[in-house]
Amino acid sequence: MPLSLSLTLPHKGGGNDSSARVDISHNTNSRLPLPLAGEGWGGGVAASDTVRVERASPTRIASCDAIRPQSELRSSRPPQAGEVKQVYPFVIVAKQHNAILIHSLDEAAAQAGLSIGLPLANARAICPELTVFDADEVADRKTLEDIADWCDRFTPLVALDPPYGLYLDITGCAHLFGGERALLQIVSGALSRRGFAVGAAIASTAICARTLTRHVSGMIVADGEEAEAVSPLPVSALGADDAITAGLRRAGLKTIGDVASRAPHEITARFGAPFTTLLEQALGQGNAPISPRKPLPDYIVEKRFPEPVATDTVIAMNLSALAGMLVTAMDKQGKGARKLEASFFRTDGAVRTISVETGRPMTKPEAIDRLFRERLDALNDPLDPGFGFDLIRLSASRTEIVVQQQRDLDANVHDNDELSALIDRIAARIGGKRVVVHLPEDTHIPERAVLAVPAQHHLAAAAQVAWPERIEDEPPLRPLRLFEKPEPIKVPFATVPDGPPHQFTWRRVTHAVVRVEGPERIAMEWWKQNGDGPTRDYFRIEDEAGLRFWIFRDGLYESEPADAEGEPVPPRWFVHGLFA
Amino acid sequence: MSTARTSTLASLRGSIERLEAHGDAHDINKIALGHKAADAVLQGGLALAAMHEVFAEGHQSASATGFIAGLAGRVSPRRPLVWVRQDFSEIESGALSMSGLCELGLDPRLLVTVRAPDTDAALRTAADALACDALGTVVLEMWGQARQLDLVASRKLTLAAAASGVTALLLRVAAEPRPSTAETRWIVRAAHSPPSAPWIAWGAPVFDAHLVRNRHGPVGRWIMEWNCDERLFSEPAAYPQPLAATPAHRPHQAAIIQPQRRAS
Repeated sequence: MPLSLSLTLPHKGGGNDSSARVDISHNTNSRLPLPLAGEGWGGGVAASDTVRVERASPTRIASCDAIRPQSELRSSRPPQAGEVKQVYPFVIVAKQHNAILIHSLDEAAAQAGLSIGLPLANARAICPELTVFDADEVADRKTLEDIADWCDRFTPLVALDPPYGLYLDITGCAHLFGGERALLQIVSGALSRRGFAVGAAIASTAICARTLTRHVSGMIVADGEEAEAVSPLPVSALGADDAITAGLRRAGLKTIGDVASRAPHEITARFGAPFTTLLEQALGQGNAPISPRKPLPDYIVEKRFPEPVATDTVIAMNLSALAGMLVTAMDKQGKGARKLEASFFRTDGAVRTISVETGRPMTKPEAIDRLFRERLDALNDPLDPGFGFDLIRLSASRTEIVVQQQRDLDANVHDNDELSALIDRIAARIGGKRVVVHLPEDTHIPERAVLAVPAQHHLAAAAQVAWPERIEDEPPLRPLRLFEKPEPIKVPFATVPDGPPHQFTWRRVTHAVVRVEGPERIAMEWWKQNGDGPTRDYFRIEDEAGLRFWIFRDGLYESEPADAEGEPVPPRWFVHGLFA
Repeated sequence: MSTARTSTLASLRGSIERLEAHGDAHDINKIALGHKAADAVLQGGLALAAMHEVFAEGHQSASATGFIAGLAGRVSPRRPLVWVRQDFSEIESGALSMSGLCELGLDPRLLVTVRAPDTDAALRTAADALACDALGTVVLEMWGQARQLDLVASRKLTLAAAASGVTALLLRVAAEPRPSTAETRWIVRAAHSPPSAPWIAWGAPVFDAHLVRNRHGPVGRWIMEWNCDERLFSEPAAYPQPLAATPAHRPHQAAIIQPQRRAS
C-alpha cells in the first residue's frame, strides 16, 4: 500500500523559521563511487572532499508569533573518522597562488600532522606514503546540487551553503517525518550510507545550525537555547575569516562564549559589524533568511511509495491521481495552475523535474494529465525510472485566480478555450517558443515590423491587435515570404545609376527583369542607437517566368563607401522577399 | 472532445456561418473559389473537412504559398488558422510575412504559427490541430520529399479532418506527388502578369494552377488571379492571349539547373 501524503502550502505565511542544517563531508577515499546522482561522481574516486548540507525550514503556516523551533543539522567538517581505517592517509590538492596546497584531507592525514593549506611538498616530507588527488570544484558543486535535489523531498526550501553545506528550512515539515529527531536521523543516515561524512544540526537560525555542525553532530537546539549550545564551541566554528579567527584567538577569546561575554561595541570596533551580526545570529539573537534554490510553489501534492514504482502505467496512474488532488486543493481557493512541475525522485537519489506551462489557468485534472503525457512522450531522454521512484511530486509553481465565464449559445468562448488547450498541448510537446502568434511593431524596417511571441501568453493580445490596413485596389506592396536575413544577389549593372537592374543572379540562377516598380526608399532608424545604416531602395520585380521578387540596393548611389585603395565599392544588392 | 460543437446547435451554426459568408454556394460542404471554370470542375468548389495538396517547385514556393493562403482565406475567413512548418522551410523560402498576408486581404490575427523541429513533429502537430474543431484550417508546409508523409500518414490526416470538420491544406515544396488520400492535388506556378499600361508594373498575384487530381471529377489547368480586395480567385482581367504567355513550353532556367544544385 503506497503511503500517500499531501501537503498544501499557501503563499509564504508568517515569519517564523526554523532551520535545519546538514553538514556532509564526502569521504573521498571510500571505495564506493557512490553517485548520488550520476554525473558528478563518474570516476570512482572523485575529487571532492566534504559536502555540508544545511537547511532552513519553511515558515509554518502556523500563525503564532511563537518561535519556530529552529533546528540545525550539523556535520563535522573534516571527514569523520569512519569505520574505514585508511592505511594510507590521503589528501586532495589544488593549485592556489602558484603553489600546490592541500585543499582537504582525511582523518588519517590530519592525525599525521597535515593541515589544510600546507604545501604538498611539505606534506610529502612529513608523510611520504600520502595518496594525492586533484581537487575538482565543478564536480563538488555538482554533487552538492544533486544532494540538494535529493533534499527537496523533505522540504521545498533548500538553500546551498557552498562549498560543502546545505540549509533546509524544515518549519512545519518535521512532523511529516516523525519529528525533528527522526528527520535528522533520516537525512544523516541516508547520506552517510552513501559515503558522505555528515554533520547535521537543527536550530532556529541558519547560522546557529551551521556553527553547531562544525563541532557537534546530531544536535537539536530548542528555541531560546542557542547561546547555551553554541557558547562552548571554539571561535573557528563561526566560519568567519581566518584573520578574524586568529585575531580573536590572539585576544584570548577562545570560545564563542568568551566572545559573547564582551560588549558588542568592542567586538564591532575591532572586527567589524558583519562579524557582530554573525555572532548574534549564531547566538540566536538575530536571524537572516536563507535563499532557497527554488521559489516556493503555491501548491504541492506528493505521493510516497514504500515500494518504488518503475512501470509507466503505474507512474501515469499516480500522476493523474496527483493531478486530481492538486486541482481539489486549488479549487478551494478558486485558483488554476499556469505552470506545473512534476518531480520524480528516484530511489538512488537522482531527481528529474518536468514542467509544463499553460496559456490559461488549468482547472481540469484530465487536461493536466494530458499535458504531462504529451510532455513525457516528447522527451528527448525519456524518464528513466532506474530502480524505481519512491516519491512523485506535483507542484503548481504559478497559479491564477480562475475567472468563470458565462458560456453563451455561440460557441465562441468555448472555441477560445479549445484553441488555447491545443496550443498548450503542442507547446508541451515541442516547446512554448515554437508556437507563436504575431504582433505588429512600430517600425518601418521590414524585417523588424513583426514580433513573433509565444502563443500561450499572448493569444488574447494578438487577437485584438490592429494591423495596418491594406490600400484598396493596390497590388500587394509587401512580399508574402520574407527572408530573415536578406540574401545577396549579383547584379552586373543597372540601367541608370539609381535604377533597377536588368538582370540578377540569385542562388545561382539568373533572372531577367521584365517588370519593375520602384524604388521605394526606406531609411534606417538613424535616431536610435546603432540604428544607423545605409538607406535602402526597394524594387518590386517580376522576371521572365512571372516570379516576383522584392530586391533592394543597400546604400544610395554615389554615397558608397570607398575601399582601401580609394575606389568606390559597387553597391550591394539583396533579395529580401518573394511575392506571390 | 467538444460537446458543444458536435451538438446539433453548433453544427447548425457552422452551416449558417458558411451560408452567410458565401451566399452563392449551392453545397454547404464546398467553398467556391470564385474562378468559374475551376468551380465547375470541382462541382461547386473546394471540399471542406478534407485534405488538399498543393505542390510547387523549390523556386515557386512563394506562389504556392500565396495560392494556399488564398485557399485558406476562402475556406475559413473568420476562424483561426494554424500554420505548421519546419524550421528548414523558413531558411529555404523565407518566413511567412504578416504584412504580406495583410496585403492579400487575410487577417494575421487569426494565424497561429507552429515551427516544428522536424517532419515527425510537424505531422503530429498537424494531426493534433486537425482534431481541434475550433479551427478553420490547418496548413502543413513541408519542404522536400518527406518519407514520413506516406499513405498511412495522409490517411490519418484525412480522417482527422473529416471527423472535426477542419480543412487540411498541405503545401509541398520541392516534392514529387505521391499516392495520398487528398481530395484534390494542385501544382502551382507563378504566371505572368497580364499586359497592362506601362505605368502599372504589376497587379494582383496570378497563379498558373494545374489541378492534377480530383477524386470526384475531371482535372484542368487555369490561370487564376487572387483578388485581394474581394478575397476570391478570379479569371485574370482582360487577358488577350489565354495561355500563350505562360512558360509551359519553355522550362524555367532554375528547373534545368536544379539537378546540379542537388548534386552539390
